Amino acid sequence: MSQADNTEAAESGGVIESVSGPVVTAADLDARMNDVVYVGDEGLMGEVIEIEGNLTTIQVYEETSGVGPGEPVENTGEPLSVDLGPGMLDSIYDGVQRPLDVLEDKMGTAFLDRGVDAPGIDLEKEWEFEAEVAEGDSVEPGDVVGVVPETVTIEHKVMVPPDYEGGEVTSVESGEFTVEETVVELDSGEEIQMHQEWPVRQARPAGDKETPTEPLVTGQRVQDGLFPLAKGGTAAIPGPFGSGKTVTQQQLAKWSDADIVVYIGCGERGNEMTEVIEDFPELPDPQTGNPLMARTCLIANTSNMPVAARESCIYTGITIAEYYRDMGYDVALMADSTSRWAEAMREISSRLEEMPGEEGYPAYLAASLSEFYERAGKFQLINGGEGSISVVGAVSPPGGDFSEPVTQNTLRIVKTFWALDADLAERRHFPSIDWNESYSLYKDQLDPWWEDNIAGDWSDVRQWAVDVLDEEGELQEIVQLVGKDALPEDQQLTLEVARYLREAWLQQNALHDVDTYCEPEKTYQMLGAIKTFNDEAFEALEAGIPVEEIQDVDAAPRLNRMGTAEEYEEFIDEIQNDLKEQLRALY
Amino acid sequence: MKEYQTITEISGPLVFAEVDEPVGYDEIVEIETEDGRTLRGQVLESSEGIVSIQVFEGTGGIDRNASVRFLGETMKMPVTEDLLGRVLDGSGNPIDGGPEIVPDERHDIVGEAINPYSREYPEEFIQTGVSAIDGMNTLVRGQKLPIFSGSGLPHNELALQIARQATVPEEEEGDDEDGSEFAVIFGAMGITAEEANEFMQDFERTGALERSVVFMNLADDPAVERQVTPRLVLTTAEYLAFEKDYHVLVILTDMTNYCEALREIGAAREEVPGRRGYPGYMYTDLAQLYERAGRIEGREGSVTQIPILTMPGDDDTHPIPDLTGYITEGQIMMDRDLNSQGIEPPVNVLPSLSRLMDDGIGEGLTREDHGDVSDQMYAAYAEGEDLRDLVNIVGREALSERDNKFLDFADRFETEFVQQGYDTNRSIEETLEIGWDLLSMLPKEALNRIDEDLIEEHYREEEDGEEAEAVSAD
Repeated sequence: MSQADNTEAAESGGVIESVSGPVVTAADLDARMNDVVYVGDEGLMGEVIEIEGNLTTIQVYEETSGVGPGEPVENTGEPLSVDLGPGMLDSIYDGVQRPLDVLEDKMGTAFLDRGVDAPGIDLEKEWEFEAEVAEGDSVEPGDVVGVVPETVTIEHKVMVPPDYEGGEVTSVESGEFTVEETVVELDSGEEIQMHQEWPVRQARPAGDKETPTEPLVTGQRVQDGLFPLAKGGTAAIPGPFGSGKTVTQQQLAKWSDADIVVYIGCGERGNEMTEVIEDFPELPDPQTGNPLMARTCLIANTSNMPVAARESCIYTGITIAEYYRDMGYDVALMADSTSRWAEAMREISSRLEEMPGEEGYPAYLAASLSEFYERAGKFQLINGGEGSISVVGAVSPPGGDFSEPVTQNTLRIVKTFWALDADLAERRHFPSIDWNESYSLYKDQLDPWWEDNIAGDWSDVRQWAVDVLDEEGELQEIVQLVGKDALPEDQQLTLEVARYLREAWLQQNALHDVDTYCEPEKTYQMLGAIKTFNDEAFEALEAGIPVEEIQDVDAAPRLNRMGTAEEYEEFIDEIQNDLKEQLRALY
Repeated sequence: MKEYQTITEISGPLVFAEVDEPVGYDEIVEIETEDGRTLRGQVLESSEGIVSIQVFEGTGGIDRNASVRFLGETMKMPVTEDLLGRVLDGSGNPIDGGPEIVPDERHDIVGEAINPYSREYPEEFIQTGVSAIDGMNTLVRGQKLPIFSGSGLPHNELALQIARQATVPEEEEGDDEDGSEFAVIFGAMGITAEEANEFMQDFERTGALERSVVFMNLADDPAVERQVTPRLVLTTAEYLAFEKDYHVLVILTDMTNYCEALREIGAAREEVPGRRGYPGYMYTDLAQLYERAGRIEGREGSVTQIPILTMPGDDDTHPIPDLTGYITEGQIMMDRDLNSQGIEPPVNVLPSLSRLMDDGIGEGLTREDHGDVSDQMYAAYAEGEDLRDLVNIVGREALSERDNKFLDFADRFETEFVQQGYDTNRSIEETLEIGWDLLSMLPKEALNRIDEDLIEEHYREEEDGEEAEAVSAD
């Protein structure tokens, strides 16, 4: 680098002082906290994270090999923002909202090159805008001024940006526009385009939060049945490696009945994201039958992509989720995994030589986690509507030890806890959600929905299942010492019933075409069938029939096939009838 | 290129030097000592006026008068197809007495991340001929599947067996019989000379060397060099796979030594340590190695990785296996008990896992019943394992007939299915048939994971079962 370049750089921006991995220090840069800057000759994207005297510390979202002192730093003067507008669904982004398919084109290689930038949404594409306001109408921030058919499933609502003043519509036109063209003009002089920008670290404004009363139906029996999540609720899935976190997250992304799904692959495997990219366009959405991608926005910042972009991808995701919430949609956001996000914070923090908190994590870990989860909820919107964001965060505790800081700080915030268990996973009990340790604090507020929509006795039947599983847990301890045959007959029968609960009801095969999604109605009926077996079997036992004979009735093992049965209603009816018949025939 | 004689501090593997022109992060440095040796290093931190340099060969012999040259580029690996058959040291210099390497291209060793959008999902079954892997934890092309082992366990034998036997079944009958498009790249980090000889002898014995590239960083080579070795290995692998259409199998041993080196450098730089003194960025660092496995859409070749690591104290919650397990697509777990029982290979299938298995098996790929058989064997073996604890307390007589069958199943699963020896190459059919022999010991109703039609087709009725037993007992 020549001396001339240095002086020139110093005039327009700053000059690099030192480089250490993703952390770069620049001198003489005139910048505010969290401003986005372009670093070095290649113009790598970065963000200001510390200012001390004349020195500015920057975290760089790209690899910094070869970057050296003396190279220029240029300030954009803008905080890290996302582009919001039609075209985000059916897209796949990296951690700073650069579309990966566009990057592939621009870079001309399968590898991620440096210094290439691309807008989050296509600025050239024309969308069919249909106005919903007329000249003379008065609009306020958040109000919908028109709609755009974004995908086959989702109608994108064009809103007055929340930081506008609003006013009377002076001009409006339907038709084909690009996202940057003005579609509505207000008497305040403000112009509304389909495109908005919003800084990711700042929550989009909304009204009051409400208590969620509707479940996010996931199509997974153990989750819907025992540990439900509300629309607008928060859940954590911690588990050691190999316990099925990612499959569980993907099942939620596929089958939950949210309008919009934002899926963040944060510091996870490249091949896993590829699987999602390949599968989702082909899988049908159970609500509409359209491809799943039509309601999905993917953010993929895999473990080998730059660590600073991993830190920001969570914020990028939640901001996109908030934008769709503002349209009145129910959004579900999956973050896999929040531990990688926390580790990214730790890595940056240690490069800044900050005083570490617990296990080297920065002292602001708890604050950052709660700030993120608090952006979930069921909201009154500023335009008077309602929308929700449900957040499901996977946690990857080192060594599977739930006492580590990320798990503990997460558990203090979330209200649903799906604990994954390595033992269950080893014996291929999937989803390996431990029914003893998991909990949901939404149960009571969601019961009325189940009782109104599925079955009046829902909470009783569920409680029965919980009791049987609890009793099994206690009995198993004795069985470990003396063997099953030493137990009294009624307890042996309880163990048998519990076994069906585990194998036929709690287990669910994500890879089976039918079993992968279980509607609430079916969840209830399957449980009912097992309860029928329980009731009839205990009647038989009371009538003096030995427990071996009861266990051996033909119909009982068929309970295990309920999940995979296509015409489940007939199948379950038939089992219930056969069970009654066969068990009653014994006495 | 400017030369400096401005070293201000030497500490462990690090050298600090004053400079008067800017030096890029990660740039390569040559240090010439007074006795004429040239050592290589890399810029770890670059500030205005001072740089810290990590020296690969160790800082022994460097004094403040040594001269420092900055080469103005990041580290590159000279790549060419002619590397096949060569043996190199941990820094990529030939040590087999062969000719100089004439590179076709020079590639940056810090690979760029593969765009997830450009990847192709791996689903091509690799038959390793090892039942515990093929049947229960299937490997596919483009996967990264580490072997979690312990000191004194035969992980090297297993790795060699895989390297020898790995084929993709349908291509065996295909046009390229010579197998020329298959290559093994072996990266040794801190293994003993004896272990290295074992590998080399096996490569030479089986003629595998000519389709292999070997990188050797031995136990007495500088620890810092271990930082570079796997990157050279993977750069070579990517070149052969994505530019020369090879299917590359990368074996890295031993990742534990690599991580120790990482810790050493972290400590020398006085970084804030993470768990057990390992640096906080170890996850990212390991991910940058492991994630260099995979397939790319529109390219023929693939990079499949089998990293080997020895778990300190056989503890899989230790940071090295723990972070590895979170990045790799499963793990093959070696077991000390099975090893002392003489089971070869001593693979404990219960904690083992292959995440990419489900898409690589089944009809048209392996066999229709593969998934169900493997699920059922997992469940049955786990149940048998549980019962073993109970037997120790109450004795076999106290158990029901059903339980006794599961116990027998668990025993035979180990001695017949897992046990096979390091020279036996079983086809996937053979593996699954042994599976059915064993499953047929259990009552039909107990096979709740298998589709009913498949049970009809494969379950050995009474007399068949006996026969099968007789055959496999030979």
